[in-house]
Amino acid sequence: MLEYARWKYIVILLVLALSAVYALPNLFPQDPSVQVTANRGSTVDDALRKRIDATLKQINVAPKAVEISKDGNLLVRLRDPNVQIRTADAIRDTLGSDYVVALNLASTVPDWLRRIGAGPMLLGLDLQGGVHFLMQVDQQAALAKRFEATAEDVRVLLRENRVAYTAVERRPDNAIVTTLATNADPAKARDLIAKNLPTLLVEDADVPNQIVLRVPQAELNRVATEAIEQNVSTLRNRINELGVAEPIIQRQGTDRVVVQLPGVQDTAQAKRILGATATLEFRGVYEGGDIQDALTTGNVPPDARLFYTRGGPDARPSPVLLKKRVIVSGEQLVGAQSTRSPDDGSPAVSIQLNGPGGQRMFDYSSENVNKGLAVVYIERIPEVKLVDGKEVRSTRVKEEVISIANIREALGKNFQTSGLDSPKDAADLALLLRAGALAAPMEFVDERTVGPSLGAENVDRGLTAVLYAFGFTLVFFLFYYRMFGLITCIALLMNLLMVVAVMSILGATLTLPGLAGIALTVGMSVDANVLINERIREELRAGMPPLGAIKEGYERAAGTIADANITAMLAGVALFAFGTGPVKGFAVALIVGILTSMYTAVSVSRGIATLMYGKRRKLKTLAV
Amino acid sequence: MKPFNVFPYDSNIPFMRMRWVSLIVAALIMFVGIGAMATKGFNFALDFTGGVGIELRFQKAPDVDDIRTRLTRAGYENAQVQTFGTGTDLLVRLQDKPREQVAHDAPNAATGSIAQDVRRIVSSPDNPAEVRSSAQISAQVGKELALNGVYALLFVIFGFLIYISFRFEWKFAVAAIITTLHDVVVVAGWFALTGHEFDLTVLAGVLSVMGYSINDTIVVFDRVRENFRGMRAPPYEVLNKSINQTLSRTVITSAVAFLTVMALYLYGGGSLRGMAESQMIGIIIGTLSSIFVACPLLMWLGVSKQDLLPKARDEAALARRP
Repeated sequence: MLEYARWKYIVILLVLALSAVYALPNLFPQDPSVQVTANRGSTVDDALRKRIDATLKQINVAPKAVEISKDGNLLVRLRDPNVQIRTADAIRDTLGSDYVVALNLASTVPDWLRRIGAGPMLLGLDLQGGVHFLMQVDQQAALAKRFEATAEDVRVLLRENRVAYTAVERRPDNAIVTTLATNADPAKARDLIAKNLPTLLVEDADVPNQIVLRVPQAELNRVATEAIEQNVSTLRNRINELGVAEPIIQRQGTDRVVVQLPGVQDTAQAKRILGATATLEFRGVYEGGDIQDALTTGNVPPDARLFYTRGGPDARPSPVLLKKRVIVSGEQLVGAQSTRSPDDGSPAVSIQLNGPGGQRMFDYSSENVNKGLAVVYIERIPEVKLVDGKEVRSTRVKEEVISIANIREALGKNFQTSGLDSPKDAADLALLLRAGALAAPMEFVDERTVGPSLGAENVDRGLTAVLYAFGFTLVFFLFYYRMFGLITCIALLMNLLMVVAVMSILGATLTLPGLAGIALTVGMSVDANVLINERIREELRAGMPPLGAIKEGYERAAGTIADANITAMLAGVALFAFGTGPVKGFAVALIVGILTSMYTAVSVSRGIATLMYGKRRKLKTLAV
Repeated sequence: MKPFNVFPYDSNIPFMRMRWVSLIVAALIMFVGIGAMATKGFNFALDFTGGVGIELRFQKAPDVDDIRTRLTRAGYENAQVQTFGTGTDLLVRLQDKPREQVAHDAPNAATGSIAQDVRRIVSSPDNPAEVRSSAQISAQVGKELALNGVYALLFVIFGFLIYISFRFEWKFAVAAIITTLHDVVVVAGWFALTGHEFDLTVLAGVLSVMGYSINDTIVVFDRVRENFRGMRAPPYEVLNKSINQTLSRTVITSAVAFLTVMALYLYGGGSLRGMAESQMIGIIIGTLSSIFVACPLLMWLGVSKQDLLPKARDEAALARRP
C-alpha cells in the first residue's frame, strides 16, 4: 500500500486553487482605451463626460464605456484598437491643454480579483509596441557646473575679505587652484576657506602663494547622483505632458536612464518632448497695479506682466502681476533642498544661487524688503502639428508662477523661502525648482521602437509556439508512458498554470523571449518526469512489485532531479543578473519554470500516482 | 502490453571502449568551432555592434536594388538592405549614425527620427512602407552587452564548478565543465561557421544551452556516483553501466526538449529563430557529449571509488539502505 500524507494533498489543492486564481486575470482581454487626466486646476466631472460624449458622436465612434475611475481619471473604453489614436486626437483637440489625453490599455479584470492583488502579467514593449530609450547622462558636465560654482564661492569669499588673488581655476585633476597675489597672506586665506567652506579639503601647493582645494569624493558622488535623479524627475514631468499611460522611467547603473513609453510610435515627437527645456525666473511682485483692470481691459502697467499661478487639484490658477525685470534666472540656480526654517521651524526650501545671481538677488532684495518675490516656471515645449498634411513646427511656452514669498531681509546667494504649508509642499517646490532644467546634458544611446502590428504578431507567434511546444510534449508522453504519461501531463499542465500565476504575482514583464522561456520550461521540466518514469520502469525490471517500484522510483529520482535542476538554474540566474530587457524576461520565465516544475514533478505527480494506485494491493502491472 | 522503449532495457553498448575515438572526434569538432570563430568571426547583430536597424513592411514586394540606390542618393551610404521573412519585409541596416545630443540649454533640441526619415525615402505613392520596428544603438552599449555576456559565462562556469565540487567531487566538476564548454564552443562555432546573425537572444540561447548540457551530464554523473557506491566493479565498468542505464532517459528528455524548441523555431517568428537554432544545436550536442564525452573525461581524470567514499556521512547513509 502506498501512502502519501493528507496534508500534502491539501497543499497541492491549495497551490492549484491559488495558481488558478492568480493566473486568471491573464484571460481577461484589455480594452484599448483613451485616458483623460485633469491637468492643474481642471476637474474630471459629468460635464467633461458630456463634452467627450459629444466629441465621440461627432467622429462616429461608439465607445464600449465611458467611466470615471476612483483615482479621478476618465476612461473611454473602445471596441476597436484602430480607432484609438483617432479618438485620442479628437478628444485632445476638444479639451485643449487643461487635460492630459493618453492612450491606454484598460484592464477588464473584475474588482474582486483586483482586491486580492491579482493582475495580469505586464506586456513588454516587444509585445505591446512602443518606444524604448536609453539615455546617457553627461556626469562630467554636472561636475563641471559644480566646480565652477565652488570656484566662484572662493572668489567671492576672498574678495569680500580683501585677500588679493590673481586666479581661481579648476585643474583637470579635479582640484581648484587659488593663486594669491604676492602681497596676500596665504595663512589668512586658508583660515577663511576652512571656516567658510568647510566641505573643501585644503592642501599645500608646491608654489608658496598657491592653495590647492579639493572637493571630497563623497561630495562629487553626491553631485553625480543628484544630477541623474534630477534628470529622472525632469523626464518624468515631461513624459506626463506627453500623455503616456504607463511610462517606465528608471535609473540604470550610475549614469543611464531607461525610458519606456508603451503605445508611443513617433520617436521624433517623444525625443522633442524629452529634450524640451525648462527654466526658472525670480521676479519681483508688481505692487500698485489693478489686477481686475488688467484682466478685464488688458491694461497692464508698462513695466509689469500678467502671470497665472499654477493651480492644483483644489486650486484654480489665479492671476498675478509681476515685474518685467527678471532678477535671477534658472541658469543661476545651483541647487534647492527642502528644509525647515531655523527661525520658526516651518517647512522651507533653501536655494543656492551662483555668484552673479547672488549679487543680483542681494541688490534687488536689499531695496525691496517686505515685498513679494515670485518664482516663475517656464517650459518650452516644441510641438509638431499636421496642418493640411504638412508638418508645422512651433514652440509652446508655458509660464506658471509656482511660488510667491515675502522678502524679509536682504538675500544673498544662499537664502530660504519659508512659511510653506507642509513639508511635502517644501519637497515639491524644491523638486520643481530643481526639475526645471536637466542637471546635465543627456544623449540618446539606445533607441528601439516596435510597431503595434509587430507587437500583436509577436503575441500571436509566441502563444502559438508555446501551444505547439505543449502539444508535442503531451502527445509524446501519452504515447510513450501511457498511464504515467497521463499523470505527467496533468503535472505539466499544473506547472504551466503555476508559472503564469507566479509571474503574474511577481509583476514580471512578459516578453517574446519570456514566452520562449515558458515553452522551454515545458521542454526542460519534463526531464524530472522522465527521470521518475524511467526509474520506475527500471525498478519494475529489477523485479520490484509495482507499488514498491513507484515508491522507489519517486524517492531515488528526487536527488538526481534536485542536482540537475539546481545547476540548470544557475544558468538562469546568470542570464537574469547580466541580461537586459527581453532577455531578463526569458531568465525570469526559466527560473520560475524550473522551480515550479520541481514541485509538480516530484510532489504533484506522486500525489496523483498514489491516488490512482495506492489502494490497489493486488496490482500486477503498471502502465508505464 | 509491453511498454515502448527506445533502447532495450539491458542495453550494454560499449561506450567506454570507444572512448578515445569519441574524445578525439569531440576535440576535432571543437577545434573546427574554435577555428571558425578565429578565422571567420561572428556576424554580430546590431545589439553588439551598434548602429541603426529598421524593419520595414511594404504593401507589395519592393525592388531591393531600387531601395538601395534611393538610400544612397539620400545620403545613407553603405546601407545594407536585405529581405527579411516574407517578401514584403525589408531590413535596413546603417552604421555610424550621427550622434544626437540633447543639450540642456538649447531651446530646440528637436531631432528627427532616422526610422521615419528612411521610411519617407523608401516609400513610393503606390508602395508605401510602414516601420515595423527600429533600433538605434550606440557602439558603447553594444560593447557593454557583449562584456556582460562574458561575465555571465564566467559566472555560470564558476557556479557549476563550486556546486558540483561540493555535491560530487572536483574530478566530476572538471569533467562536467569541460563537457559544457565543449557544447558552448560548438554552438558558437556553428554561428561563426554559417555566418548566421548573433544577437542578444542567441546569447541567451547559448547560456541556456549551458544549463541544459550540464543538466544532462549531471544525471549521468549522479548514476555514476550511485553505482560507485553500490557496485563492486572497476571504474571502467561502472561508467559504462551508468551511461547505458541513463541512455533511455537522456534520449527521451532530449527528444522532448528538441520538439519544444523546434516549435519555437517553426512558429516563433524571425526574432526567436536565432535563439531556437542555438538551442536545437545545443540540445543535440549536449546530449551526445553527455553520452560520449563526459564519462570518458571522468575516466581520463582517473576517477575511482575512493573519490566518493571518504565522507563518513555517506557511509552511514549507505548502511541504512536495504
